[in-house]
Amino acid sequence: MSLIPVYLAFVLVLAIFLGFELISKVPSTLHTPLMSGANAISGITIVGALTAAGAGDTSPQLATFLGGFAVMLATINVVGGYLVTDRMLAMFRKRDAR
Amino acid sequence: MSSIVTNSAYVVSAILFILGLKLLSSPATARRGNVISSVGMLIAVVATLLSEQILDWQWILMFGAIGALIGALAARLVAMTSLPEMVAVFNGFGGGASLLVGWAALFDGVSLVSAIAASFSVLIGGLTFSGSAIAYGKLSEVLTSRALVFAGQRYFNAALLAGLLACAALFLMEPSPTSVFLYALVGLALLLGCMAVIPIGGADMPVVISLLNSYSGLAACAAGFTINNNILIVAGALVGAAGIILTNIMCKAMNRSLANVLFSGFGAAKSASKVTGEANPISAADAYLILEAASSVVFVPGYGMAVAQAQHVVRELSDLMEGNSTEVSFAIHPVAGRMPGHMNVLLAEANVPYDQLMEMDDINPRMGSVDVAVVLGANDVVNPAARSDQDSPIYGMPIINVDKAKVVFVLKRSLGSGFSGVDNPLFFGSNTRMLFGDAKESISALVAEFSS
Repeated sequence: MSLIPVYLAFVLVLAIFLGFELISKVPSTLHTPLMSGANAISGITIVGALTAAGAGDTSPQLATFLGGFAVMLATINVVGGYLVTDRMLAMFRKRDAR
Repeated sequence: MSSIVTNSAYVVSAILFILGLKLLSSPATARRGNVISSVGMLIAVVATLLSEQILDWQWILMFGAIGALIGALAARLVAMTSLPEMVAVFNGFGGGASLLVGWAALFDGVSLVSAIAASFSVLIGGLTFSGSAIAYGKLSEVLTSRALVFAGQRYFNAALLAGLLACAALFLMEPSPTSVFLYALVGLALLLGCMAVIPIGGADMPVVISLLNSYSGLAACAAGFTINNNILIVAGALVGAAGIILTNIMCKAMNRSLANVLFSGFGAAKSASKVTGEANPISAADAYLILEAASSVVFVPGYGMAVAQAQHVVRELSDLMEGNSTEVSFAIHPVAGRMPGHMNVLLAEANVPYDQLMEMDDINPRMGSVDVAVVLGANDVVNPAARSDQDSPIYGMPIINVDKAKVVFVLKRSLGSGFSGVDNPLFFGSNTRMLFGDAKESISALVAEFSS
């Protein structure tokens, strides 16, 4: 059996701990942008979707179609997520800059 | 591009995601953080597109263009009050994409490990997709926002879980991308998502969205295991952690366990002590005189204020009082909006500067020195029964202690109770003055008094 899944699990564990450290420092004022920004990051699955959708004739039609549909869903998530987060954060101003 | 280059690019993406989240720790740097995170995403996408694995572009271009268009339009057009619905939908799409990625990856050859990982992508992704769809329906009030409970629900769900496990086991015995059991797994995962969210009432939706946010990250992680891709695992884990932290904060703010939110409607089994007394009404003109003389004022907004679209006129009043050298701040309870931090965004939209936005734990110790606390469309989150009445269903819930301020104004149409149906002794407090009427009109009247 290959060791790759073990390495991946290793990365997973470290990333979870890092995530807890990072996110617990976000003030509650910014929890909505945090959620929509994190949401955009979860669209990273687009990387897998692109590979599946772009496999061409080397893989069956159904796989390409599933990949294509996944590309659409993930793109909505990524593009929409980042843009709406930016729109929100642009509204947060300091007292003087009004 | 060779896979070494592609994977090195993924390392850069991971660094940018982490930096982006780090910059979210202050409103001053948050916007830059979001841009950095999006650059990380762009690098990951470009590196993938240039890799040797992409042989055919037509599907990518077509579906990518449609997705980008829908995403951009939604982000531009959505009203800030509807953010929770939109975040729910986006969560669902992320989950749905991970489901499809896990499934499609099986066509490239199946090992036991990839089949297990694909089962998880399908399960978590599917449940995120349909659960988010139901959450969207409830938040946008297309579906009833009440908790939907029916006889035998527990047995049905137990059977559903057993069915899921059985299908997963049968699929793993003979893993194939066209296995009947895989199809069944997809169907049952979607059904589980629906069943998990329908028994949850509208007021508990902040918890549900946070949890689905976490699931969308975990689904990406699972998809990462199917295609052996580190960047999916790192990014997915970061999102999963964010969702879990927010879920935990929301549960604490309501003094309920996650299990209690997920498996029961609002428990109204206990009956609070009846509150009786004489409420003291006040007119806008008298309220003005008190506010005019106050040196510190705290507004406590609830979702009712946002529904009435009163935040703009409140900000106007706040500016006038600041011009009168009164110190004004806004005390925000974690569950004041319909998703974590929602109220802050609504006030920021009305141009309230973020240094006026105070967290509950920061304002409470200072409440004794506040001259006037103005309660606007909030009720349960300022109910002192949560501190004192052990029989109250909301006993133990952390509240904003407005009753400790020197004077409390409550802007309200009537003496009715809040969403939990609990009487509020605050209304009968000796230092409380009720300013009856529509909150927006009352505030406008105060603005008129200040301006004249």
